[in-house]
Amino acid sequence: MSGFGNAVSDTLVLAQRSLKRIPRAPDLLLSFTVQPIMFVLLFAYVFGGAIATPGYDYIDFLMPGIIVQTMSFGGFVTALGLSEDLKKGLVDRFRSLPMSRGAVLAGRTLADIGTNSISVATMIVVGVIAGFSFDAPLAHIVAGIVLLLLFGYAFSWVFAFIGLSSSSPEASQSLGFIVIFPLTFVSSAFVPVESMPGALQAFAEVNPFTIVVDAMRALFLGAPAGNSIWGAFAWSIGIAAVFAFLAVTKYKRAVVR
Amino acid sequence: MRGIAASDLAIEAEGLRKSYKDVEALCGIDLSAPAGTVLALLGPNGAGKTTAVRILTTLLPPDGGSARVAGLDVVSEAAQLRSQIGLAGQYAAVDENLTGAENLEMVGRLYHLPKGEPRARAAELLERFDLSDAADRLVRTYSGGMRRRLDLAAALVARPPVLFLDEPTTGLDPRSRIGLWETIEGRVAEGTTVLLTTQYLDEADRLADSISVIDHGRVIAQGSSDELKDQVGGERLDITLESKDDAERAIAALEPIAAERPAMIDGLLRMPVRERKGAIAEAVRRLNEAGIGIDDVAMRRPTLDDVFLTLTGHALEPDEGEGADGEEAER
Repeated sequence: MSGFGNAVSDTLVLAQRSLKRIPRAPDLLLSFTVQPIMFVLLFAYVFGGAIATPGYDYIDFLMPGIIVQTMSFGGFVTALGLSEDLKKGLVDRFRSLPMSRGAVLAGRTLADIGTNSISVATMIVVGVIAGFSFDAPLAHIVAGIVLLLLFGYAFSWVFAFIGLSSSSPEASQSLGFIVIFPLTFVSSAFVPVESMPGALQAFAEVNPFTIVVDAMRALFLGAPAGNSIWGAFAWSIGIAAVFAFLAVTKYKRAVVR
Repeated sequence: MRGIAASDLAIEAEGLRKSYKDVEALCGIDLSAPAGTVLALLGPNGAGKTTAVRILTTLLPPDGGSARVAGLDVVSEAAQLRSQIGLAGQYAAVDENLTGAENLEMVGRLYHLPKGEPRARAAELLERFDLSDAADRLVRTYSGGMRRRLDLAAALVARPPVLFLDEPTTGLDPRSRIGLWETIEGRVAEGTTVLLTTQYLDEADRLADSISVIDHGRVIAQGSSDELKDQVGGERLDITLESKDDAERAIAALEPIAAERPAMIDGLLRMPVRERKGAIAEAVRRLNEAGIGIDDVAMRRPTLDDVFLTLTGHALEPDEGEGADGEEAER
């Protein structure tokens, strides 16, 4: 087999390994299903009545935002898994095998697309039950789902980097939370940006989360898009590229100590 | 890809050096193991054993020196080399959320074995390691000994000609240890070259054709178990006298049949033996003739403990905790 063929097959073997883990660790499965459901319901029914979203029902306004937020956290499994593999010596075993160097990271991030798909599907079903309705052609909806998974994939690389940078699986989880959580809130995900104080508003307008959420509203609800759709794809690809590079560099260094 | 002929060295290292920040883990060590033999690296925690293994298995580049394994350079030909080696480390490096069978199949696929082969190999190895009943159970339900066996099985999946075992029996119960030794002996009988690190003298004594004693990053002695023991001297009689006051007379009586002048050490009269055969009877006869009372007489051969003590001036006391070689000096 060619070098490239081997790299692809190694990545698939490791992605399969990560996916097998999901049904076997039910607590992990909860974080892809119950947790997103909980967020949709809490936001829709607790905050829904208090947040004014001119032009939209709150559930319609909320769904693109909350799915984007969920996507950005889906990669925590990668951080957790890598951190564990390093600790338990599995990374040493992989590195002593005649396998592709990048497959350990690529396999994990690829598996995240699978789990993120479960989350997206779950949330859309719950959203629709809670009153969300699409207002866009099917092609746009499909494009929107592709964008969601791409954005989630980009954040898997962010988490890969975090996982390799932190001292323990627990630390990687809280580090990810501290860095990403505020970013998702200071954006157009849950409230209209115009309702924020000046400085926050200025930040929220350039926040990639805002750009991606706005793109999702355009693709799911037919909202005016401006440049946000291209911007959203560009940000996703850019984040994936930068953090893939950082993570691979870190991986090489983390294991050659 | 080059194979290895029986006469070749399967492992050869010259002047390997490695430092971590200000700690010098390896200060230029030479190692060699002919194909089909077992080389043991014997030494206390932090001696540099794990560092040597990590360099030879391509996990760590050396700061200096060179090494070839299965005829391939560990730095410039690392990629080709990885298909020729198997590694079982100090920690059971298996995935807890996969079954035993899935773990071995995964490793087989990552070695790029032909289609169908990973599954067949997994079944074969589980059988051989007495894990067939647990094949479809998740590894997180395995005992420590079962994990170690699975870890070793994973190292054997691709039938690698050279096997590296880093403290394979640390933390195992005596029964599992002996089982593992038998497995290793079985591999060697089939022509595999094994490098193992150990803190246990009996392990090196039993398994190794050749032993490199390592202390503070240097090889301080090298040879077969017998050669090392000969370095500290041959066989001797340890005689306990009824009364220590007889020591001078006893030494005088025994000197004619001793290889060297006998001496009192720690209350024992120690007599280096010239000829093993009849030595006990002759010594007892001479002491009886001189009217000296004897409590006990024993023929002793030096152990590797004596070797270690003589070479380093300190005893080798294995740490019973989780293999800590890597913890202290190397992480």
